[in-house]
Amino acid sequence: MERKVVFPGMLLPYALLAPQILIILVFFYVPAGQALWMSTLLQDPLGLSVQFVGLENFQTVLSDPAYRQTIARTMFFSVAVTVCAMVPAVLLALMADRVVRGAMPYKTILIIPYAIAPAVAGALWLFLFNPSVGVVSYYMGRLGLDWNPKIDGSHAMWLIIIASAWKQIAYNFVFFLAGLQSIPKSLIEAAQIDGASPRRRFWTIIFPLLSPTTFFLIVVNFVYAFFETFGVIHAATQGGPGKSTEIMIYKVWYDGFIAQDLGRSAAQSVILMAIVVALTVVQFRFVERKVHY
Amino acid sequence: MADVSLTNVRKVYAGNVEAVKGVSFDIPDGGFCVLVGPSGCGKSTLLRMVAGLEAITSGECRIGARVVNEVEPADRDIAMVFQNYALYPHMSVYENMAYGLRNRGTPKDEIDRRVKEAAGILAIESFLDRKPRALSGGQRQRVAMGRAIVRKPQVFLFDEPLSNLDAKLRVQMRVEIKKLQRALGVTSIYVTHDQVEAMTLSDKLVVMSNGRVEQMGVPNEVYRKPASKFVATFIGSPPMNIAKGVVRGPGAVAVGDVVLPVSDMAADLKPGDAIEVGLRPEDLIVRGDGSLTMQVDFIEELGATQLFHGTLGGAHLVIQAASGLVPSESKTLNLAIDPAKVHLFDVGTGARRGR
Amino acid sequence: MADSTARSHLDRPDILAHVIIWIGIAITAFPIWVAFVASTVSNQSIAQAPMPLLPGSLGWQVYSDVLGVGGNNRTVGTPVALMMWNSFVMAMIIAVGKIVISLMSAYAIVFFRVPFRNVLFWMIFVTLMLPVEVRIIPTLKVVTDLGMLNTMAGLTIPLIASATATLLFRQFFLTIPDELVEAAKMDNAGPVKFFFDVVIPLSTTTIAALFVILFIYGWNQYLWPLLITTDQSMTTIVIGITKMIDTSGGPTDWNRVMATAILTLLPPVMVVVLLQKWFVKGLVETEK
Repeated sequence: MERKVVFPGMLLPYALLAPQILIILVFFYVPAGQALWMSTLLQDPLGLSVQFVGLENFQTVLSDPAYRQTIARTMFFSVAVTVCAMVPAVLLALMADRVVRGAMPYKTILIIPYAIAPAVAGALWLFLFNPSVGVVSYYMGRLGLDWNPKIDGSHAMWLIIIASAWKQIAYNFVFFLAGLQSIPKSLIEAAQIDGASPRRRFWTIIFPLLSPTTFFLIVVNFVYAFFETFGVIHAATQGGPGKSTEIMIYKVWYDGFIAQDLGRSAAQSVILMAIVVALTVVQFRFVERKVHY
Repeated sequence: MADVSLTNVRKVYAGNVEAVKGVSFDIPDGGFCVLVGPSGCGKSTLLRMVAGLEAITSGECRIGARVVNEVEPADRDIAMVFQNYALYPHMSVYENMAYGLRNRGTPKDEIDRRVKEAAGILAIESFLDRKPRALSGGQRQRVAMGRAIVRKPQVFLFDEPLSNLDAKLRVQMRVEIKKLQRALGVTSIYVTHDQVEAMTLSDKLVVMSNGRVEQMGVPNEVYRKPASKFVATFIGSPPMNIAKGVVRGPGAVAVGDVVLPVSDMAADLKPGDAIEVGLRPEDLIVRGDGSLTMQVDFIEELGATQLFHGTLGGAHLVIQAASGLVPSESKTLNLAIDPAKVHLFDVGTGARRGR
Repeated sequence: MADSTARSHLDRPDILAHVIIWIGIAITAFPIWVAFVASTVSNQSIAQAPMPLLPGSLGWQVYSDVLGVGGNNRTVGTPVALMMWNSFVMAMIIAVGKIVISLMSAYAIVFFRVPFRNVLFWMIFVTLMLPVEVRIIPTLKVVTDLGMLNTMAGLTIPLIASATATLLFRQFFLTIPDELVEAAKMDNAGPVKFFFDVVIPLSTTTIAALFVILFIYGWNQYLWPLLITTDQSMTTIVIGITKMIDTSGGPTDWNRVMATAILTLLPPVMVVVLLQKWFVKGLVETEK
C-alpha cells in the first residue's frame, strides 16, 4: 500500500527514521547476528578460549536427550495452554455477545488478567496451589486429591499451564468478542429465518466467520506459551521439581546465565528464533493480517 | 483576480500513460469554466495540474501574468474545494477556515473578520464551533467553500464538489455556487461528470474525452451544435438519438425508409454516403400533421413530460414531449422536425459533418 | 397468542449465558480475591489451613509495611514503593519512547518517498518476528559492552527496539485521505506543520490505545529486568515479588507477597479498566 500524495524532501524523512533505525541496529540486528555467531562457537568451561565449531553446538543440543525432552515438554505445555486459554475464551465471548444488557462490567472483569504480569499470575496461582497454605490444595486434599506441585512434576506442569492460561483467556476473549461483534447481525438473522437452530448457526455461520480470528489466536497463543510464560515459571516453579517444568525459553536462560554455557545457549536461541520465524511466516501466509502483538 | 490560460498542457505518467494529451484554453478574468467528461477523461488531472498538485509534463499554465508550472500550490493564489471536502476532522469549522490564513501569518483580527464574513455569506455562522463530523453533507460542503472563500484567491478550483450530496441538495448547492461565483467574481474552474451541472454552471464549457478537448464554448452553443457524436451523446438528457443513415442528396438523409430534411450538411457529402444522424429527443415534435411516423413501443411518464420509446425507419428512438399531448394507448406518433435540428456525424471519426 | 410466544422467545433472559459468564468471572476473580484477603491477615491465619476467605483485621497494615520496607528476608532494603517507582519509570519510558520513535519513523515512511525507503521499512518490519526473549544473551552482551547495565537506558531502550507501533501508525497514516494532504499543501502547511497540526491530533486515539498496551507491556517485563538489574535499587516490582517468595523451602511471608502482588497488578489493571475502550481498540487494531 502506498500513498499517492507525499511531501518532497530527503533530509527530514531520514532524520525522522534515524532514531528507530539506530536502536534496532544496535539492539536488534547486532544481537541477532551475534546470537547466530555465538551459536557456532565453543567456549571452554573457564572462559579462557573460544573456538569455532560450526554447527556442532546444534548437533550437541539437538542430540541431547534432555533437550529433546525439553522440546516435547514445551510442545505439550504450549498446546495445553493454547487449548485451555482458547476454549473458555470463545465460550465466554459467545455468551457475552448474547447478553446485551450489563455486558460492559462483565467484559471489564474478564479482561483484567491481561494486565497482570505473568510472574504475578505465577505467584497468585502458586499461592492457591501451595501444598501447605494454598486454599485450593487444601480443599483438594479434603476431596482426597493429593496435590503437591513442589514434589510432583505433572502437578507442577498443570500449575503453570493453569496460571498461564488464566492470564491469556482475557486476551483471547477480547479478540473473539471483537470477531463476533464484527459479524453482521443480518447474517445471523438470515440464518434464523432459514430455520437454523442456535447450534447450527454457530457451526455453519459463526464458527467459519471466526476462523481467521481463531487461527490468528492459535499462533499468538503459541508464541505466548513459548516466550512470555517465562515469568510464570520463574515465579511458580523455577523449572522444577527437577526439570519437569523447564520449557525451552527457560532452558536458554538457565544454560546461558546459571550454567554459563554460552555457545549452547546461543544455539538454543537460534532454534527458538527459527521457531518464531516459522510461526510468523505461517501467520502471514494464512492469515492476511499485517501486525500483531 | 486573474485570467487562467493553458497552453498545450500534457501529463504523462510513469509507464508512458498519457492522461492529458495537449490541452489549451483560456478563461477570462471572472469566468466560470466547467470541465466535463466521463471518468478517466483527464479532467481531474488537468484541474490538479492547475492546482499544482500534479506536475505538468509539458506545456504552460499561466495564472494572471505569472507562469505557475514550478510554483508550489500554496503560492499559486488559488483555493480548491475537494470532492470529499477534505476538512480537517479534528478542527472546528472556524479553525478549518482559519488554518490556511494562520499559516500565511495573517493577523488574528483579519482572520476573524474574513472567517465571519465568509460564514455570513454561506450561512454557517451558527456552527463555527462544531467539528465537521457534527455537520450534514450540505453543511460540510459549505464549510469547504468557506475555506476557499476566506483566502480571497485569484482562482477557485472545484473538484466534483457536489457528487457526495443527495440529488435535492445537489440542485440547491448548484444554484448557490453559481450565485456565489457571480457575486465574488472570482475566476473558477469546475470539474464534474454531471452534464446538467456542467450546462447550468458554466459560461465556458469544456467537454473532454480521452485526455483531449472534444469541444469548448458557451453551453448553449455546445448543446445546439455538438462538434462530435461524443459531445452530442454526452451533453443532454435523455441523450441525443443516433441512427444509421444514408445521404440522399443535398439537404436530405434517409434513416431506413424515412427521409429527413437537413439544413446543416457538409458540401462534400454525396448521395449514398453512410452517415450517422443525430436527433435530440425534444427536437422531434409531436404534431397531428407531422410527416414522420414513429412506432411506439412504450411510454415513460415523467409527470411534466413523457418519453416515447419506439422506432422510426427501423432505428430505435426516444422522444420527449409534454404530457397529455397524446393518448397513452397510442401505437403510432406523427412527428415533425426542423431541418436545422438534424445533426450529421461521420461514421468513422464521429466528427460533425455540417457546413 | 402468536404474539405472546414471540415475545417470550425474544425477551427470555438468557440464563445459561449469565451462568457461564459468572463462572468465568469467578475463575478470573478468585485468585485476585484470595490474594487480597491474604494481604489483610496475619501469616499465622494463612498458615492455619484453610485460610479465611474474607478480609481480616490487619487492614492496610501489611501494605504500609511493604511499601516502606519491602519483604522481610532477601529483599530487605528495597521498599515496594521504590520498586513500583522503578517499574513506573520503566513502563513510561518504554511506552512514550516507543510511541515517539514510531510516530516519527512511520511518518517518514508513509508521507515521503526517499531512496531505500522499502529497505528501511523491511528492516523495521523484520524486528516484529523476534521477541527480545530469543535474542536475550547477545542483547545483554551489547548492553554490557555499552556500560548500560543497571541503568534505566539499558533497561528500556532494547525493549523499544521493535516495530509493532511503527506498523500500527503506518496502517493508520495510510488511511488519512490524500485530499487532506493536498488541502494542507494549499493551506501552506509543510510536512512539519502537517505532522503537528493534523497527523498527531488525528492519531490521538491510536496513541492512547498504544499507550495502554505499551504501558502494560513495559510494566510487566520480567526476563529482561531480571538480567539487566543486579543493583537492588534498580529492581522492578515484578522482579521484587518473585524474590520475596522463598523457593528453597524456608518460610515465605505470604501476606507481604500477596500485598505486593496486589500493588503490582493494580497500576496496569487500573489502566486497562479506566481506558478500556482504547485498550480494546488498541489490542484489536494492532492485530490487523
